[in-house]
Amino acid sequence: MRYNERELLSLARQPAEKAAEIRMSVPKKGSVLKKRLVKLVVNFLFYFRTDEAEPIGALLLEHCKITKEEENVFSISFIEEPERKYCFQCATEEQCQEWVEALKRASYEFLRRSLIFYRNEIQKMTGKDPLEQYGISEEARFQLGAHRL
Amino acid sequence: MKLNERSLAFYATCDSPADNAGFLYKRGERHTAYHRRWFVLKGNMLFYFEERDSREPVGVIVLEGCNVELCDSAEGFAFAIRFGGTKSRTYVLAAESQAAMESWVKSLSRASFDYMRLVVRELEKQLQEMTRGLAGGCGGSREPPGPWKPKPSGLEQSRERLPALPAVPPKENGCAVWNNVPGADRPPDASGCGGHDEERSPRPPPLPPRRRVSNGEAASAGAAVAESPSAFCRLHEQYSREVARLRQDWQQRRRGPRP
Repeated sequence: MRYNERELLSLARQPAEKAAEIRMSVPKKGSVLKKRLVKLVVNFLFYFRTDEAEPIGALLLEHCKITKEEENVFSISFIEEPERKYCFQCATEEQCQEWVEALKRASYEFLRRSLIFYRNEIQKMTGKDPLEQYGISEEARFQLGAHRL
Repeated sequence: MKLNERSLAFYATCDSPADNAGFLYKRGERHTAYHRRWFVLKGNMLFYFEERDSREPVGVIVLEGCNVELCDSAEGFAFAIRFGGTKSRTYVLAAESQAAMESWVKSLSRASFDYMRLVVRELEKQLQEMTRGLAGGCGGSREPPGPWKPKPSGLEQSRERLPALPAVPPKENGCAVWNNVPGADRPPDASGCGGHDEERSPRPPPLPPRRRVSNGEAASAGAAVAESPSAFCRLHEQYSREVARLRQDWQQRRRGPRP
């Protein structure tokens, strides 16, 4: 699949929501945990060799499952291939929990659901659609039901 | 750089709602011939397929940080997706009608994760203020540092208790806290975090895309997000002005001679 790598690399250099050195393994046979710089930027998780400026790879965090595994460890898997797991071994349990929380909220789809939730709650409380004053009430991405095009 | 392509392809083709979809002509990179492709916009990802029923996208454009503009082209209804870097490619696309072009430009202009996050934070703040107001004034009630939960009170008990909202740690200036800024006020973090990032020096958090303005304005715009609804309105106004300006452009072109 072609993609605009330059822009993705540029995104990888931007300030992160979260960044840390974490031991990580990829879902490949014989893969072992390796120390990586892991960086969360918008809905991408970039991972770098700790001394390199360019990431080895990027994970788009949509339709993924974040699972707390054993102590200090969490994993990311994608719903179409749940047995293929990216594993992350944190330094502490606290760090692990923080990453799990952050990654669960990191997808665009999560943001969209949050928006719809808040919009509904505000509308219930005030009787008014809070998006109306911004002129974006009708935009497809803010609608409640699934819409097919 | 590796990308989780299989998951991307799944995201593109699964039946989660698309924010826009339709045929567009895409100009090639080297050869300027246009190719008709089926485009699907989901979140901040613009996928394109050879055919509408292709099982896998030919490619994807990550839209974070892009600008959408109209462009002159022999092909009518053309617009461009541009990025900020010096050597970045500009994607030239053309719709098959005025209405389609307007629809695409509108949806692409607001497709970024940053924009969505801005709107969510604003609504979250509004809801918090409303609920705090309902809970009978401030009386020593500070915003809890952790996940925000509604405070029990006489007033609230008489109405449906608000479910716990998705927990969001407070961000210092309304934008994402950058973990490795030394001394910055951030959520307590394990010692392993931060400080090892490859970034050279702290910079202000990123603005919503396209607001690449002078440093002063950038910093204040970023910091202003949390201050008041008027700051959000101001930022939103900027987005709306862009769309309004594009709109004006279209209308002028319609009146004028065809390109």
